[in-house]
Amino acid sequence: MSTFNVQQYRADFPNLRISVHAKPLVYLDNAATTLKPRCVIDAMNAYYVTGVANVHRGVHFLSEQATAAFEYSRQVVRQFLHAKKVDEIIFTKGATEALNLLAQSYGRHFLKKGDEIIISYMEHHSNIVPWQMLCEQVGCVLKVIPINEKGEIIQEEYLKLLSDKTKIVSIVWVSNSLGTVNPIKSMIEAAHQQGAVFIVDASQAVTHDAIDVQDLNCDFLVFSGHKIYGPTGVGVLYGKEALLEAMPPYQGGGDMIKSVTFAKTTYNVLPYKFEAGTPPIAEVIGLRSALEYTQTVGWEDMKAYKQELLEYGTQKLLSIKGIHIIGTAKHKTSILSFVVDGIHPHDLGTLVDQEGVAIRTGHHCTQPVMEFFKIPATARASLAFYNTKEEIDILASALIKARDIFQK
Amino acid sequence: MREELYQQTILEHNRSPRNFKKLEGATHVAEGYNPLCGDHLWIYMKVNPSNVIEEVAFEGTGCAISKASASMMTSSLKGKTVLEAKALFGEFHELVLGNLKPDTQPNHLEKLAVFSGIWQYPSRVKCAILSWHTMNGALDQKKSISTE
Ligand SMILES: Cc1ncc(COP(=O)(O)O)c(C=O)c1O
Repeated sequence: MSTFNVQQYRADFPNLRISVHAKPLVYLDNAATTLKPRCVIDAMNAYYVTGVANVHRGVHFLSEQATAAFEYSRQVVRQFLHAKKVDEIIFTKGATEALNLLAQSYGRHFLKKGDEIIISYMEHHSNIVPWQMLCEQVGCVLKVIPINEKGEIIQEEYLKLLSDKTKIVSIVWVSNSLGTVNPIKSMIEAAHQQGAVFIVDASQAVTHDAIDVQDLNCDFLVFSGHKIYGPTGVGVLYGKEALLEAMPPYQGGGDMIKSVTFAKTTYNVLPYKFEAGTPPIAEVIGLRSALEYTQTVGWEDMKAYKQELLEYGTQKLLSIKGIHIIGTAKHKTSILSFVVDGIHPHDLGTLVDQEGVAIRTGHHCTQPVMEFFKIPATARASLAFYNTKEEIDILASALIKARDIFQK
Repeated sequence: MREELYQQTILEHNRSPRNFKKLEGATHVAEGYNPLCGDHLWIYMKVNPSNVIEEVAFEGTGCAISKASASMMTSSLKGKTVLEAKALFGEFHELVLGNLKPDTQPNHLEKLAVFSGIWQYPSRVKCAILSWHTMNGALDQKKSISTE
């Protein structure tokens, strides 16, 4: 039994106090988006109430203050990822935009016909479609590493696919539909031996453990702010400086230029080269607050507690007749995907919602995973550090109630 | 309070769907697919030269709402003319959007009125309407219908 003081943390999240259909909210859809602690909301509010200004564009007090806050956030992200330099941190509108940026800027510039890109069967659509688009544009080839019945990437197959034709490997660290934690570090090493660059989709990994991009030695890493207790509309692209330097801009506009004439436009330095237009300022400030918040909780305690929730939840679900868990990898985060005999996941989703329980149902933007397991969809309970065993019990009772309704 | 979605009629049609088979010799066939939730079905119809729907059947996979809706649709269309079927589709469409109140407004929905509360479950309206869109597409000789 851990001594993790979950009630103390729950008090930080105002959204936990609401009722849904006259029942206390049980929020188990954290892989879709997390709730926001009060400090994040306050930080964003403060910008809107007393600090509004554009950044990098004015000499007046508010603009200088906003610019300082904005750039301080970049420092905090650098520390959070343990990146070498602050210039390696690019703000995007989310993981999806960061992946598209990489495909269009890095991919279009450096890949040519016949080059290969490797992804896995368990990627989110945002780490599939941008590469398919790139393949159509330049004629490169997408290779997909298969997974096994537990929902793990088959490493031998990965090594077989790697060759000197491989230019990019882009892999999800933690799967949003299966919960699998992939052995990303050894996969990066293997890619580097073939001279390929490695992109880590850390969208779900950010809430799983501390991240050290220098230790991982990944070339790029992406995540979205809203999945780590921060606001929507902001995400991060980390890239090694030399690679980012060599890449052409992604979008053109204000902020990303040094000078513009009709004869010649020169681009700005990193990181601004990749940040065209007015950025999501309040969101970047909110993200800083969210990252600082996670530091106050502490990774070790958070991870241990979530693992405890995962084990409890797994046992609880398995104790209900007719439930099958999809994704039984040896290394897993607190994501429980499941199906129930004779009840479609959407019906389950609606029925447990009646009890105030929010779970996700569908393909979770990972249709190939559903196809692999020959199911149309799953129900998914994804647990955050502010969830409790009591909430898992409420989910379990709601599932039993749903099953009984269908068996009447 | 929202109206109960999973009423006995719906649960019962889900458990034992009517006309759940492939119809040999169908004159009208269409495939319906909802990429968002993976509901996937085929509607088969036999329409005679005087435009009467003699037989109608369906197959596929989906949630209880889509299955029950398809099952009840097949029961209610049998023996209707093409024009009546299209008019009923119009009424059902208004029903699931919450625009038609079967208790107070004239309609031909009969048992289909069991879906009158579904507008309170916006994410499930598509499940109920998929089979109807597919049926309508089949009548218009469209092969594949997708709702999102
Ligand atoms: C593993 C993974 N990758 C990428 C994404 C895309 O994130 P966003 O929609 O915030 O850009 C998600 C979010 O659903 C995800 O879970």
